[in-house]
Amino acid sequence: MTSVTPTAPHGGIPLWRDLRMLRIAAQVLVVAAVAALVAFMTTNMLAAMNERGLGFGFSFLGRQAGFEISESPIPYRPSDTYLTAFVVGLLNTLFVSVVGIVLATILGVVVGVARLSKNWLVRQLASAYVEVIRNTPLLVQLFIIYFAVFLQLPPVLETLAVGDWLFLNQRGVFLPSPQATGGLLPWLAFVVVGLALAIGARVLHRRREDAGLPTRRIGMLGILGLVALVGIGWVVTAPYAFESPVRDRFNFQGGMALSPEFTALLVGLVVYTAAFIGEVVRGGIQAVRRGQLEAARALGLSEGQVLRLVVFPQALRIIVPPLTSQYLNLAKNSSLAIAIGYPDLFKVGQTMANQTGQPVPVIILVMGTYLAISLVTSLFMNLYNRRVQVLER
Amino acid sequence: MTAGTLPPPSDAIGPRAWLRQNLFSSPWSSVATIVLGVAVAWLTLQLASWAATARWSVVTANLRLFLIGQFPADQAWRVWATLAILSVLTGLSAGAFGRTTRALAITLSAIQLLVAALLLASPVGLVAVGALLFNAAVIWLAFAISVRAWFPRRPLVWAWVLSLPVTFLLLNGFDGTPLPSVSTNAWGGLLLTVLLATVGIVLSFPMGVLLALGRRSDLPAVRILSTGYIELIRGVPLVTILFMADIILPLFLPGEWRLDRVARAMGGITLFSAAYVAENVRGGLQAIPTGQIEAAQALGLNGVQTNLFIVLPQALRAVIPANVGLFISLLKDTTLVTVIGLLEILGIGRAVLAQSESFGAHLEVYAFVAAVFFVLCYAMSQASYRLERAMGVGTR
Repeated sequence: MTSVTPTAPHGGIPLWRDLRMLRIAAQVLVVAAVAALVAFMTTNMLAAMNERGLGFGFSFLGRQAGFEISESPIPYRPSDTYLTAFVVGLLNTLFVSVVGIVLATILGVVVGVARLSKNWLVRQLASAYVEVIRNTPLLVQLFIIYFAVFLQLPPVLETLAVGDWLFLNQRGVFLPSPQATGGLLPWLAFVVVGLALAIGARVLHRRREDAGLPTRRIGMLGILGLVALVGIGWVVTAPYAFESPVRDRFNFQGGMALSPEFTALLVGLVVYTAAFIGEVVRGGIQAVRRGQLEAARALGLSEGQVLRLVVFPQALRIIVPPLTSQYLNLAKNSSLAIAIGYPDLFKVGQTMANQTGQPVPVIILVMGTYLAISLVTSLFMNLYNRRVQVLER
Repeated sequence: MTAGTLPPPSDAIGPRAWLRQNLFSSPWSSVATIVLGVAVAWLTLQLASWAATARWSVVTANLRLFLIGQFPADQAWRVWATLAILSVLTGLSAGAFGRTTRALAITLSAIQLLVAALLLASPVGLVAVGALLFNAAVIWLAFAISVRAWFPRRPLVWAWVLSLPVTFLLLNGFDGTPLPSVSTNAWGGLLLTVLLATVGIVLSFPMGVLLALGRRSDLPAVRILSTGYIELIRGVPLVTILFMADIILPLFLPGEWRLDRVARAMGGITLFSAAYVAENVRGGLQAIPTGQIEAAQALGLNGVQTNLFIVLPQALRAVIPANVGLFISLLKDTTLVTVIGLLEILGIGRAVLAQSESFGAHLEVYAFVAAVFFVLCYAMSQASYRLERAMGVGTR
């Protein structure tokens, strides 16, 4: 302990008043307390598990799961392992989250812009929507959508049909599904050429812009070329054929079938999150200073240019961070699937915990996976955020 | 100048001008107005015809369950007495603290009057109606007294702090006393909803403050542990934490420590909201100018004193509105305890729907539950909005 006080010549500061010593001691104390708590809980847990004749470990993941999962994006049978079942749950969570995030963003932007509309009725409807949705619990909304709407749809024999492509009944929503044909590869070639054209045009556009030459809307022309090529290619090669669901005696065959659980969860998550995203978008647009708008108009920019070149880039800076947390909330809220029976990560996890009697490893897996989803989402959104932020000089 | 004698331009004022400016300013706007107007009219008609024929008796017949769950009927007065205590405190605070607490007092009395009116239509009895009317009157009596007599603020703050344990003891009771014990398993309905959220925010507050200070600490071990806890909790859904509190917490504790389900759920909610409180408090801490800390150090205060007397009082004041927002979302989130089988108001709704006489009345029950949450959350969010403006947060 002699090395503690090298700066003090005459015997030095006593240990209990040496700031460095105190700092180390405080940290050791905190770490020891946390370690003791963890050790206490682990011992109790192991004792409890031994009492039930169950060990602790992840070896159950290789065993046969033996339970059904009502819907799965990959082939799954009860004879598959617990690990496969877990992956099915994860994929279901990711599927509903990604589709939900895309749809909620679209609806949210519409709502946010509608709240700033010059039209009184549009404005009032948008705020009524936001207030009602934000002030009631998501779980209640999900119950209303699932139990009071989707499960009250007519039985298969009295299916509601919209045209001859959309069918609604108790068993879910039936849509036409795209089926790849032999024209897919030629069409992809069209897409690749179009993309190359668009990217090349954009690079040229940037170069001319940087060099101060007139751009002559080359970038825009490139994008138009891409759209034209993709469209012409579609007509020429017919890469997909849409297969409509066909009614047989008891149900619909073919097409895309969305279960009532999935659809209810998706609608609930989208409607709920869109209200919050709407507020984020409104706040972002309102935060752009009036002077910016007036200056842009004074420079002779058209209304479209004002929005595209002045308002949106600045609003985006304010919008992206809170938007990220709304995306994270949506992904986390998808765990409410358990209440209406969509087999997501958490529901599969709970079934696994019940069957194996190993709740601790299962919850570690489930929580770790949610944490990873959150971290990856924030990572991507932070990268995007860095792109839209102002470069401070 | 003759401008003063000119008539006002006829296209700028009056109902016709308003219509033209706000509903028919452009062709697109006119189309939107007409299409949406027809849709709204149609929806309102549908809703009205549903509401007129809906089986509201399912709700009114079970109103007691929705309000207090299976709290014994002969002990229900304890709930009304708790409300009376809160009413007195709210009334006194409205007089002592002024504007924003007054909004709270108006809300609380309005809600009690509303519930009393609902109770008239249900078989719960006139005692409860009388108690609630009495409470609503007590709020304004207390307000009238405190506004005239300039009530001291500090004892009121302490009374609020004490009100939670007192409430808890009053509701829980002890066997052998005039207040027989009521197991928390019998607590339910709106009572449990509000209790879970209140306990969640109050108990998590000290922990959240410590975590926030820890996250900003210059001791690496403390900072890493605090940040790790906060980010871990914020990265996972509440359901997983409730599941943990329900199934795994008992495994972590020695076998002889038995916690009942409500206590476990409260524990889970507290651990959850501590992380969110910590982030709110951190925002408040960051808003304190460094000059304040430097001035405190110049005066010779040590680290603990600086935090206790200079930083925290200012930071905590600044985060009150954010914490009201957190309380609102916590109130909504308590519905998740139905997933682990507790009977808060949504759980009661599901239990009611399981009765044979309420078969198929999903929309009635869930619409009622949604309406209850809407009234509570909307009132509180308006109050917090006023509070924010009154305190000038963000406009400094």
